[in-house]
Amino acid sequence: MQTSIQPSRDPAAQYVLRLADTCLILGQRLGEWCGHAPILEEDLALTNTALDLIGQARALLTHAGRMGAQVLDEDQLAFLREERDYLNVTMVELPRGDFAFTVLRNAMVATFLKLVWQRLAGSADAELAAIAGKAVKEARYHQQHAGDWVVRLGAGTTESRQRMENALQQLWRYVPELLEADGVDEQASAAGLGPRWSELREPWLAEMKALFDEAGLTAPPDAAFRSTGKRGLHSEYLGHILTEMQYLQRAYPGGAW
Amino acid sequence: MSVAAQDSRAARIARVWEVLGTVLDPEVPALSVCDLGIVRDVLLPEAPPGGAPDDLLEIVLTPTYSGCPATELIEHNVLEAIAAAGLGPARARLQRAPAWTTDWISAEGRRKLRDYGIASPGAAAAGDTVPVRFIGRRAVAQERIACPRCASTETTQLSAFGSTACKSLYRCLSCQEPFEYFKPI
Repeated sequence: MQTSIQPSRDPAAQYVLRLADTCLILGQRLGEWCGHAPILEEDLALTNTALDLIGQARALLTHAGRMGAQVLDEDQLAFLREERDYLNVTMVELPRGDFAFTVLRNAMVATFLKLVWQRLAGSADAELAAIAGKAVKEARYHQQHAGDWVVRLGAGTTESRQRMENALQQLWRYVPELLEADGVDEQASAAGLGPRWSELREPWLAEMKALFDEAGLTAPPDAAFRSTGKRGLHSEYLGHILTEMQYLQRAYPGGAW
Repeated sequence: MSVAAQDSRAARIARVWEVLGTVLDPEVPALSVCDLGIVRDVLLPEAPPGGAPDDLLEIVLTPTYSGCPATELIEHNVLEAIAAAGLGPARARLQRAPAWTTDWISAEGRRKLRDYGIASPGAAAAGDTVPVRFIGRRAVAQERIACPRCASTETTQLSAFGSTACKSLYRCLSCQEPFEYFKPI
């Protein structure tokens, strides 16, 4: 059994890991659609989106791994941490659900990431700015594609509309975690690393409202519930993803191909 | 440095560019890595005053997509080609900024793409500032992409994503043939 590693507790590294893990875990979730999407074109779309997200996660993990006292590589960070040390938002670890749930979550996360990347392109951290300059183009394409499906399903048949409304009900309670700031954000902002996530609230809501208007959807009222994945406190689902994702490295330590 | 040494440095760098022009992209083998615009520079550091000349070449490469699985293979193929031509030693350096854009594909590269059956990308530079608008399938006012076979602009998108990260799939309504479109990014 390969021993687990501990990532850096440095707030800057945590800020980067939150984004890295959000990309990584959504990428892993989307990979589950391979061979299962309703049509071949969407099988390609979901797996291509996953590929971009994993690529973004690799760059971010490599960068985060160099921010601590002990250098950790992307594979160590991806495969050898324990659940509490993953800092993705809870929304991305929820089970893949049906196609409506998948495209709505993709639209929400792509819109969020696009806004993050736009701001990070001006980061004081040159490497983070470079990663963002590339990723923002990819996130735009993901947002366009997922958003088009939200409209098609929301303004589609009675069945597709019902499914989209159900997805919105399920996902909306996990939204506040994306749009609120804490101590990690304050430090990142002060250091010029990146924006407080709370600064993305207005633009995110505006872009989602434009999408919902087109799709004939209405956002549910905000709830008191707050998910806490970005602070390491996850839903029951993350452990199951990690079991599958980490199996190879745990069973065959250092395995490479 | 002597004039002769300067000349040989310049000649070596010129030879390296020639060799790089023969290294093909593994996923779009119609294009060389130079046509694609991912080789940003070939560097050979000047010898420090009084020191021995450093003969380690540095090839600066920029990845196309964050998740492009060909990136590592391209790096390997580039170094292998340089070594095979006897121009080594060399190492590759990955440079992310400025981000690669399809605007860097050369005119020659665009011609090769068309001959290979892939429609070349339109200008990407302006696209980043245009707001994303969402529209249902029926209302889609698609950008007209010219068919690489018959040049008709009566074409329609079949799939927003294709066989590789950089392409989408179209169909020509005039000659009925499907074709790939290199997405502007």
